[in-house]
Amino acid sequence: MAEICLGFVVLGLTAYAVLGGADFGAGFWDLTAGGAERGGRLRGMVQRSMSPVWEANHVWLIFVLVIVWTAFPVAFGSVTSTLAIPLFFAAIGIIFRGTAFALRGQAATINEARTLGAMFALSSVLVPFFLGATLGGVASGRVEVGNAAGDAVSSWLNPTSALIGVIAVIAGAYLAAVYLAGDARRAGLPDLVRAFRARALGSGVVAGAVALGGLFVVREDARPLYDGLTSGGGLAMVILSAIAGGGTLALVWRERYGLARVTAAAAVAAITVGWVLAQDPYLLPDELTLDQAAASDATLTALVISVAAGFIVLGPSLWYLYKLVLQGRLDQQFEPLDQRFRPLTAGDETQEPPR
Amino acid sequence: MLDPDFVIFAQRVSGVLGGESQPDLLEARWMQALSLAVHIPIVCFGIAFPAMILFMEGLYLRTGDVTYKALAKRWSKVALILFAVGVVTGTILSFEFGLLWPEFMASFGEVFGLAFGLEGVSFFIEAIFIAIYVYGWDRLSRRAHFLTGIPIVITGFSGSFMVIAVNGWMNNPQGFDVVNGRVVDPAPWDALLNNHLWHELMHMYLAGYIVSGFIVAGVYASARLRGRRDRYHRAGLVVPLTFAALAAPMQVVVGDWAGRTVAENQPVKLAAFEGLPRTIEGAPFTIGGYYDEEEGEVKYGIEIPKLLSLLAHHDPNARVEGLNIVPADDRPPINVVRFAFQTMIGIGTGLALLATVYLFTWVRRRRLPRSRWFYRAVMAAGPLSLVALICGWITTEVGRQPWVVYEVMRTSQAVTAADGLELGFVFLILVYVGLAAAVYWLLRRLSRRPPEVEVGGAPGAGPAGGY
Repeated sequence: MAEICLGFVVLGLTAYAVLGGADFGAGFWDLTAGGAERGGRLRGMVQRSMSPVWEANHVWLIFVLVIVWTAFPVAFGSVTSTLAIPLFFAAIGIIFRGTAFALRGQAATINEARTLGAMFALSSVLVPFFLGATLGGVASGRVEVGNAAGDAVSSWLNPTSALIGVIAVIAGAYLAAVYLAGDARRAGLPDLVRAFRARALGSGVVAGAVALGGLFVVREDARPLYDGLTSGGGLAMVILSAIAGGGTLALVWRERYGLARVTAAAAVAAITVGWVLAQDPYLLPDELTLDQAAASDATLTALVISVAAGFIVLGPSLWYLYKLVLQGRLDQQFEPLDQRFRPLTAGDETQEPPR
Repeated sequence: MLDPDFVIFAQRVSGVLGGESQPDLLEARWMQALSLAVHIPIVCFGIAFPAMILFMEGLYLRTGDVTYKALAKRWSKVALILFAVGVVTGTILSFEFGLLWPEFMASFGEVFGLAFGLEGVSFFIEAIFIAIYVYGWDRLSRRAHFLTGIPIVITGFSGSFMVIAVNGWMNNPQGFDVVNGRVVDPAPWDALLNNHLWHELMHMYLAGYIVSGFIVAGVYASARLRGRRDRYHRAGLVVPLTFAALAAPMQVVVGDWAGRTVAENQPVKLAAFEGLPRTIEGAPFTIGGYYDEEEGEVKYGIEIPKLLSLLAHHDPNARVEGLNIVPADDRPPINVVRFAFQTMIGIGTGLALLATVYLFTWVRRRRLPRSRWFYRAVMAAGPLSLVALICGWITTEVGRQPWVVYEVMRTSQAVTAADGLELGFVFLILVYVGLAAAVYWLLRRLSRRPPEVEVGGAPGAGPAGGY
């Protein structure tokens, strides 16, 4: 039962990384899109793609929290109290990200859009960094069992945390670029397809390089994690992730964006599973094994039954949402973010952007 | 036979994480209270607004009148914005459970967590269908679009059911044993279906309809006072006002039920509602005044003989237990609880009266009330119902103190040992003030657009930005 609940956590983390992570990544591209006029088209695409799905994507995070505190309550209390600082900043960032994004859709002047956009985009970078840093603190064995028993600062301000934080940001950006390139093609906007394809290839290479180089950081900073990732099941998953990640690059190169979505998600899933295998049998390395952390059987059974029953409803609902989205039936009209603030001319919708 | 003192002692739980004592308990409680106070009004809209929107869309489907469609579409955009704010403020709450109360989560997560697991699923389905519903206007067939609204109504109810189940359990803990200060043998289904769930659920559910109904109606009442009497503004007033007006008198009955359950299971809390120092028969109800801790009595209040006994036990001579049944350390802050309780009762009574005026005029005369004062009162009813809502939650949550799990775990044992809570608190205040200002700004901007933009023009060429 504890394994099944851990499976739910892995599923939730993976889904959050693949779906929610991409929404943060879209914010990264929004942040780096350049001046208001130059980045207008790109930002318009980000706004259009994210609007119908970001809330559902975000719920995976809640799902993970809820499963952890129900199935592994002592681990939850230990992690949240020790890693209070990065979690607090992530939470604040989540407020800014969501609100600023929703508000930007209603902005009436370019200055409003710029301010809100900056807030949305900046927090889109900070949230995955702090969440990644939190995971890094856990993975490198810096959380002790107890109420704020680990160090409040060094538990997240350390090489492994920094590494995973940076990887979370870059991987999100990579995923976002892949999805946005596909969305832009569906919307028939070749200039944006090109723009996001280039970004996907660039960020994909950077993500791979950082992940590989990061292995040396982990080797120095968290040797048990490194050993786990370079042997047995952990190694198999790292290799699988590398293959899927490389395959995604090849697919993006050949402009097969639909399939690239799948392989990109597989790369993230493999590394999440690899991490879990690498620190097996521990939930909190050297402190708490999975069995020690698990709640009583009555709770685990009830949770597994409820979540499984919930998925019977949830699965088709998610399928329906993504079907509508991928068929373009919920698509909004594409509108460059700076366009609505310029005086309208006849046939403005088809007007090429100023180069 | 065990010594009774020993039994009580043995039932109490100290945190499994075993941290240091926290000097900043009050800041932690303030942060949690602030976050709840921001989130709960939005929950009201999650509970009740989708039903109003769907009712309006149903009118459109039956009559084909685009006025109803314009209203339903406009409201659905407001619902989506509020849902987005609810998503982020709800996320903060789930973070805060861990950040502020790790001992509580570590000790009891396995007992009450199941409810949140189910709530998570419910919330997920809500997020999926609200997106489909709002972005699916004019894209899906009329029938399919209407049907995608139904899960939003159901999950609005089921989600609050689960969260209220946890709050009911905190007030009426069951479904576990305590051995040597540790929680053992959790029975999550028993914890979920506790005795306080049902009245709290009904109370909150009706509150959702009252708060969102009066607030929405207030917007159109204000437009009516400015001379806008067209069909759009009339329908926008009548539908939410009718929902709220039906709920408000029912709330009085449910409130009575809630009060009697509290009297039975949490006598100290009830005594705090009323500032009743000593157990007596035929207890009076005192309106106003304040509780003097030194003297142990309410000063400057208006006393109505035997009314408290009548309300709490439906018997004017019933025995009502006073604060003296527990030591001073086990009592909640009397004046906070009492003031909040009386404010809630006062406003609730007023709202029920306003609702009665409306329903009476509607049923007997088949028209809306004509007095300008009625519409001013409707405008005031929205903010007042919010105040009553928050006061109600203060009554139950502060009234539960000093316990986080009633008579099992003290709030002071649940709190984090981490430093820097004051900083976090100040930061959080600033963030919420900014959030409130931003949402107000956004809704105001949305309401200023003429209704025609909702139904005119090419499909999907709605207002800028996708809403």
